[in-house]
Amino acid sequence: MTVVRSVFTVLMFVIFIGIVWWAWSRHNRKRFDDAASLPFADEDTAQRSAREEDRR
Amino acid sequence: MAHSAAAPAEQYNYDIVRKFTIMAMVWGVLGMSAGLYAASELAWPFLNFDIPQITFGRLRPVHTTLVIFGFGGCALFATSYYVVQRTCQARLPSNVLADFTFYGWNVGVLLGVLSYMAGFSQGKEYAEFEWPLDLAIVAVWVVYFYNFVSVIVRRSQPHIYVANWFYLAFILATAILHIFNNISVPVSLTKSYSMYAGVQDAMTQWWYGHNAVGFFLTAAFLGMMYYFVPKQAGRPVYSYRLSIIHFWALIFLYMWVGAHHLHWTALPDWVSTLSATFSVLLLLPSWGGMINGIMTLSGAWDKLRSDPIMLFLITSMSFYGMSTFEGPLMSLKSVNALSHYTDWTIGHVHSGALGWVALVSFGSFYHLFPRLYDTRIHSTKLIYVHFWLATVGIVLYITSMWVAGIGQGLMLRGFDDYGNLAYSFIETVEFLHKPYVWRAIGGAFFVAGILLMAYNLVMTALDARRERSKLEAKLAAKLART
Repeated sequence: MTVVRSVFTVLMFVIFIGIVWWAWSRHNRKRFDDAASLPFADEDTAQRSAREEDRR
Repeated sequence: MAHSAAAPAEQYNYDIVRKFTIMAMVWGVLGMSAGLYAASELAWPFLNFDIPQITFGRLRPVHTTLVIFGFGGCALFATSYYVVQRTCQARLPSNVLADFTFYGWNVGVLLGVLSYMAGFSQGKEYAEFEWPLDLAIVAVWVVYFYNFVSVIVRRSQPHIYVANWFYLAFILATAILHIFNNISVPVSLTKSYSMYAGVQDAMTQWWYGHNAVGFFLTAAFLGMMYYFVPKQAGRPVYSYRLSIIHFWALIFLYMWVGAHHLHWTALPDWVSTLSATFSVLLLLPSWGGMINGIMTLSGAWDKLRSDPIMLFLITSMSFYGMSTFEGPLMSLKSVNALSHYTDWTIGHVHSGALGWVALVSFGSFYHLFPRLYDTRIHSTKLIYVHFWLATVGIVLYITSMWVAGIGQGLMLRGFDDYGNLAYSFIETVEFLHKPYVWRAIGGAFFVAGILLMAYNLVMTALDARRERSKLEAKLAAKLART
């Protein structure tokens, strides 16, 4: 039982490291940038351009 | 500010969001007033008037249930339904099933609160509902899960926005916690005994209790933060990657910390140490979330000067950061030896519950409510007044509880030169009177704030109705002319 617990703990740690690697890999940058802009995806265009002007 | 070009009323189910928002305000006003009354009973005990239904022991679970499950729960239903529909650009699958969660949840809260006043309780903190209500909650929750996941499945976007990850974790974890903690043997319709006994019962209870904090009062409200802070600031979240990392770190760590509620009791020492270790580690993902929320405003700090809704949201993040620093500190065995069983704990809970959970909900509602009614907020000035009433109330509340708790803890562990206890118990009770009065005053400020908010929102809805009828009259006149 102790072995199972130890293996499980190490497995969880490895999975977490995997998640960190996945989040920071260059490959996924665009995908996350797209996801981050989702709250603004359902605005109408007039409002979006106003917002972009505001940011400049 | 108008919203999306396609009529949102048809594109999304806003009706359910409106209903839950209104009920959140109703339960919020009732629950916070009940809390204020309970606090006043502690300061001036005659206030229970020897009426069993409103004695502190019964009023306390009424208060916690109304604010956590009534106010907090309805706020989460409302915002999760709103956020998941808008970020997935898909409608809830069925109006009937959405309404089922609305009526089921609110009738459940009402019956629960009435049953506590009548004296029925399972005796488990934050899980006082007796078994028939527990089962009813499971039914509502399964439908809630189905509704939420259906929108995600039907999404017209390739990605699932991070707020929905937090909401989903909250829905799943709450189901697991609720079911396993409430397994019991019923002996009648209104009485049951927990399946667990002794230290296992205590550990299961606090595994539930702290994860209710972790997933109900933290993860879910972080979901709220991840939608409404970027939306109100008009810019995307500071770091989407950080949001992924701190989400998973929270998920991996939170499940282990519950036993820190049971330091220096009958549970094994290694469990205590484990829970304290994980509690300290939790500081990292908690502050990850706080930094992510606050830094979303970087480059637009001037909004804090002109936008009271932003004030609510950013202050809530600050209180979140503060209470998630205080929590790990109190989970250390040495600090806990002083703080546990004192009012410091109550102060800590309220800096999280009022400072973080309530303020982020208020901010989100001020953003949400005018959009639901397609109008502007009735009075921006009143939002400022509410903000300051709430902030002053919280500061009064938590500082008086620090004084009460640390004073009480020091008195109870004080010895005289002969090794006898330096203070009798009644002396600590006398000492607590003044901080209790200040706590009640702080609570009164906070309640005054939410009453002001309720007025402002009612007026906003009435404004919207007036604008609509004016518009309709204009339209009718135009039609009559042609």
